[in-house]
Amino acid sequence: MLQQTKKRHSAMSSQTLSNKSTQTKNREITYREAIGEALQQEMSRDKRVFLMGEDLGVFYGGGSFGVTPKKMFLDKFGAERVRDTPISESAYIGAGVMAAVAGYRPVAELMFSDFFGVCMDQIANQGAMLRYMFGGQATIPLVVRTAYGAGMSFGATHSQTLYSVFAHIPGIKVVAPSTPYDAKGLLIASIRDGNIVVFFEHKALYAYKGGIVPEEQYEIPLGKADVKKEGKDLTIVALGRMTHLSLEAATQLEKEGINAEVIDPRTIVPLDKETILHSVKKTSRLIIVDEDYLNCGFASEVAAIVSDEAFGFIDAPIKRIANPNIPIPYAKHLEETVLPSVDKIVATSKELAKF
Amino acid sequence: MLLIRKFEYAAKDLFAKATIIGALHLYVGEEAVAVGAISNLGPDDYVTSTHRGHGHLIARGVDVKSMMAELYGKETGLCKGKGGSMHMADMRLHIFAQPIVGGGTPLAVGSGIASKLSGNGSVTLSFFGDGAANQGSTHESMNLAAIWKLPVIFICENNQYAESTKASYSIAGGSVARRAAAYGIPGEVVDGMDVLAVHAAVQKCVERAKRGDGPSVLECLTYRFEGHDEGDNWDTYRTKDEVDKWKKRDPILNFSQYLSTVGITASEIEAVNAEVEKTVNEAIKFAENSAPTNKEEAFRDVFADTLE
Repeated sequence: MLQQTKKRHSAMSSQTLSNKSTQTKNREITYREAIGEALQQEMSRDKRVFLMGEDLGVFYGGGSFGVTPKKMFLDKFGAERVRDTPISESAYIGAGVMAAVAGYRPVAELMFSDFFGVCMDQIANQGAMLRYMFGGQATIPLVVRTAYGAGMSFGATHSQTLYSVFAHIPGIKVVAPSTPYDAKGLLIASIRDGNIVVFFEHKALYAYKGGIVPEEQYEIPLGKADVKKEGKDLTIVALGRMTHLSLEAATQLEKEGINAEVIDPRTIVPLDKETILHSVKKTSRLIIVDEDYLNCGFASEVAAIVSDEAFGFIDAPIKRIANPNIPIPYAKHLEETVLPSVDKIVATSKELAKF
Repeated sequence: MLLIRKFEYAAKDLFAKATIIGALHLYVGEEAVAVGAISNLGPDDYVTSTHRGHGHLIARGVDVKSMMAELYGKETGLCKGKGGSMHMADMRLHIFAQPIVGGGTPLAVGSGIASKLSGNGSVTLSFFGDGAANQGSTHESMNLAAIWKLPVIFICENNQYAESTKASYSIAGGSVARRAAAYGIPGEVVDGMDVLAVHAAVQKCVERAKRGDGPSVLECLTYRFEGHDEGDNWDTYRTKDEVDKWKKRDPILNFSQYLSTVGITASEIEAVNAEVEKTVNEAIKFAENSAPTNKEEAFRDVFADTLE
């Protein structure tokens, strides 16, 4: 299904994004390559940037997902700046926090977001809060890159999303790009940001190509949503792979006369409320498609904001399509059952269109 | 050491009167460790401290007026009243406390990397207790510092109890220092009640780190004369005999006796005592006379605004 999604939407995404890169030659690269290029360019530009993580350097592809190939990273920048770590997330992510305090700009890789449990103290109590509790005396420009999401039959402990866990804690910025163009620009902005940023890379999107990616460096500001498709009848807010499912659903809905707007906030913290509110005020209907667990999650947060700030504009119940708090099963058909899908988005949209 | 002792007893009194609030973990009895260790450092070096951190900050030369004002929750406090006793920091002096047991050792690896990348010859002292010695993060950090040969000195303040849990019960193998052997780095036990012994032991570790030979572990055997925190009924897990036995080895008493053997007179020591008394009283006055932190300040410093 994902392959189909990719093929169907590459044309649409290219169209959406091409106007943003008029000065550069046409070039499509994968989401994986876009992230690798951002890292490489930032390391070349700024000597303070260095990498830490498991199997980052000598592993044949560079990291478990092949983002940092040896030839382009370890061979070019050396072992002091491409630090292969033991399986000690607490130690090396904590080290990233303090190296950042000491003036460096580390990028630490957490292989799967599901592994947050073994390093959360360093992210939540240290990285997120040192600045505040020291009265502004520390600046922590640390990026934690992490692979997330389902669709690969990796089962309950290697398929979770969990960005809501991080967004819940003050002091952490949370980024989750859906396209190669967004991934590159957002990662560059994250590295240059003065705060801890947890950068969510959807593991099922690494091979995805779609849209022009400029060769030169560019930043996409954190906290700026992108309207991936304009529409007037219904607003769909979605992140990461869910953006692609939503675009596919929007294509189907067009055939039935429903014109959906698809907004990708791109970052959860900070969240671009204005773009979402502006859209809902126009369409009067809202669906949030969220790959994370439903309880106390991103979808609920967006629903609450819209209910608070655009109550008078809503003509239908706000709908959340998310994982209904079920651990993600292994078997393909079971995995698909608990996750948001194009069918679920289409069905919910039609329901809302009746109001 | 005297300044630490008097600051802590002043804090104890103020806490009893509810002038200062929250959690208060006193460093009384352990002064020789902070002073012996930190007296080896230069301005570029780093210190990671703990929930029992006042002693480390005072030994580093942090202004006790700002420390007291922090305990009072005043705008002149080190952290503008947003940190309190357990999160005091003076980043100009490269020192901060964080109170998660085992939370500081990974951070020390980070300043170790920064020292190595910058090549400025600085080192990091990472203080942790016998409780943190059993945290996984401490072992991960020792291992990581060892494989990367980082200039980090892991200093275990073994005060015999993690809250109420005896180190003799909780530490398999009976020694934190011996665990260093597992990482191929030196580990030594030091008398933590003897400031000169601590100073000499840390000096060796600092020299080794500066030579590029990597980290070491020091286990300082010490004792807290007060409870885990104020309000702790320590007589439920420690005998009076045990406490009295350690109090006979009071590091300040010990060092005063040593000073008298090298020609320092009792009146000279008394003069220092009086000076310290004055400093602490001034700190209290400063804190009392400072304004409470403006409520708007509660909303600041969550994120850094500036890029680059």
